[in-house]
Amino acid sequence: MEKILFIDPEKCTGCRLCETACSLHNEKVVNPALARIHVAKWETAGLYIPVVCVQCETPICQTVCPVRAISRDEKTGAVVIDPNVCVGCRLCVLYCPFAGAQIDFKKGRVVKCDLCNGEPVCAKFCDPQALQYVKATTANMKKQRAAAQKFSELMKKLLVTP
Amino acid sequence: MVLNRKIAYVNLSTDKVVQKPIPREMRTLHLGGRGINTYLLYNHIQSKTDPLSPENVLAIGTGLLCGIPCLGSGRCDIAAKSPLTGAIGDSNIGGFFAPELRLAGFDHLVISGKAAKPVYLWINDGEITVEDASHLWGQDTFETQTMIRKDRDDEDIKSIVIGVGGENLVRFANIRTGMKNSAGRTGMGAVMGSKNLKAIAVRGTTSIEYAHPDALLDYCKEMNDMIIGTRWAKAQSKWGTMIIYSNTNTTGLIRTKNFQLNRFEEGEDLEPENIDRYSFGTSGCYACVVHCRHRYTVKDEKGEQIFGEGPEYTSLGAFGTMVNCKKMETILKANHLVNKYGIDTLETGGLIAWAMELYEKGILTDKQTDGLKLEWGDENVVYELIRKIATREGFGNILADGFKPAIAKIGKGSDYYAIHVKGMSNLHSDERPTPSFALGIATSTRGADHLRSRPAIDLYGLPEELLEEVYEGPVSSDSTSYEGKPRMIWWQERLYAVTDAIGTCKFQTVFCAVHAPKWNEYSKLIQLATGMEFSKAQLMEIGERIYTLERLFNLREGFSRKDDALPERYFKEPTPIGLPAAKGKTIDKERFEKMLDEYYALHSWDQNGVPTKEALERLGLDKEPSHTI
Repeated sequence: MEKILFIDPEKCTGCRLCETACSLHNEKVVNPALARIHVAKWETAGLYIPVVCVQCETPICQTVCPVRAISRDEKTGAVVIDPNVCVGCRLCVLYCPFAGAQIDFKKGRVVKCDLCNGEPVCAKFCDPQALQYVKATTANMKKQRAAAQKFSELMKKLLVTP
Repeated sequence: MVLNRKIAYVNLSTDKVVQKPIPREMRTLHLGGRGINTYLLYNHIQSKTDPLSPENVLAIGTGLLCGIPCLGSGRCDIAAKSPLTGAIGDSNIGGFFAPELRLAGFDHLVISGKAAKPVYLWINDGEITVEDASHLWGQDTFETQTMIRKDRDDEDIKSIVIGVGGENLVRFANIRTGMKNSAGRTGMGAVMGSKNLKAIAVRGTTSIEYAHPDALLDYCKEMNDMIIGTRWAKAQSKWGTMIIYSNTNTTGLIRTKNFQLNRFEEGEDLEPENIDRYSFGTSGCYACVVHCRHRYTVKDEKGEQIFGEGPEYTSLGAFGTMVNCKKMETILKANHLVNKYGIDTLETGGLIAWAMELYEKGILTDKQTDGLKLEWGDENVVYELIRKIATREGFGNILADGFKPAIAKIGKGSDYYAIHVKGMSNLHSDERPTPSFALGIATSTRGADHLRSRPAIDLYGLPEELLEEVYEGPVSSDSTSYEGKPRMIWWQERLYAVTDAIGTCKFQTVFCAVHAPKWNEYSKLIQLATGMEFSKAQLMEIGERIYTLERLFNLREGFSRKDDALPERYFKEPTPIGLPAAKGKTIDKERFEKMLDEYYALHSWDQNGVPTKEALERLGLDKEPSHTI
């Protein structure tokens, strides 16, 4: 696992470019209902959270797949479904706690994010960098830095507010 | 195929819905969005129709490029005869409604008649039904959307709705979607209200097939990089449109205390960076990398914590500079209030500022204002007037009809203090130092407005060689000059008309950034998305056609050269403060009239502003109304 799709919901502006670009790239049409990624929104609270397969180390989808259609792409680290083997039973959809596998209602099969063969289009289109395709090692430090930033902001507030 | 989206005619008096294809010829001549909407209005509305009668037609249209992953392609154009001005009404709304409508199978809706009781339209994958909205009537614009989602158990439903303002036929009521987006101007919300139409709710899951998907995707990425590569878009992505305030207030281009000063000297708290105290991030419309609005929390006028989005530069003026309120917090609260009620922020602020000046001058007294003391800078008066306008209570009922009827009721020379064109309030910008902007608000087809033609780059003092290249003719780089400015306005009008017709965002073209996507980029995007080929010249001609047809609509309603005018104060009162480029300026009446002559000539309109027969023939408008759709 060289790189991972790093999600930072706090940076998401809710524009849905990721969904649009994903479906245009993967399905050759614009249809968010067919995109592998979806921005879940709580509009009246201003909360936007991109939901996409997190490419688990021990993929539950792979475990439950009765026909062994799911495997890991060694090159990209993505957990992928072989469409020729998949029978469309949707057990993976049922069991995935991250809603990482979707029903393709047009073709009656299951699809999921395959990291666009190592060049995820969603991250490419995400200007605010809520989605970044980065080295796993970098991701750790990014997360730590973000946490430290929050801590330092909190400290500033505590120091100025008696 | 992307062009197979339909047009639906909905008659609310009879509940009849007819779906038809959109002929290719309509696309070639008018593209979509504002282009096709203007055609529909000219063809479906009889001259002298009462805008609040069932005979008025509300046209709703997605842009030709709606749905593509760039340039904020989710804009929706909403048009009808305006109950505020009696001229063409047209307002553009972002958010996520338009792509959802296209995904549901429709590009245009033509709504006529009047429902017997409150209703909403439910549009889902090719089907349109009229639904009962009794339970939604009286709800604010946020709650209405939430309730529809709950009723139908689907959080991804997108609705355009009216609030109490639209229900009460406030003549500048808007149509809203999401937390922030509004089709704000010309009173389209009142038209919905007059039809008993509370909302249009949409859910779509059909696929939009573009002509060249892979090339389109690559080019869209290039377009996003191009716009966010401009310094203007970068600044806007951080501060929103409020960023304009820093520049215009320093220069002296902001009307303060209605029209008494042109700079808000005590307006430090309104500087955009102060939004940081309330903001926890920005928010974007569909397919937008600029994300020009903030997500903020603040305690409302009752002390309750609220969440809101924005505010726009417009609101800084409406509830700040124009009414002399000095706190960012006031802007945020008032912004939330008008959004909740569904009334236009700009018109509301303009009217309140006017009333305050009338009160100061003794033209309005406590007796007429229900005892309210309309003192400058009193935020509580602002909140109270917003409420009174939206609910049409007492003095609010007078303001709720807009400038022209309010002037008729108040009299006593109150018209002199009203800063409006064709009955619509101007932005809080002061155009006395900038002849180009002044010409733009005077000639705008929908009344005083900055989004019809404003050449904002005129303020930058760009090299004249560059300006000549962009505007295809000589243009002075001096923002106080009158030279070449009609050409600027003419060019921007066509660009904005085409932008509204393809449904991308005006902030992602030549509004404030000269190196932003424009004609050639539009041409390539249209080719990749639809397969249709348009040269730059052809697109410019479509812009001319749209603007000319709007002009024809207004002429038919009795508007003429006399209405392409500025408030008297622009000619009489010099700007009192500001930097040298802004201080001591008036608009010179003679030179203004000369600009108007030049502007008409560029359009091939005669000296009364009437398009010549040759111009109409060239644009294929000589047979209008042609009733094709």
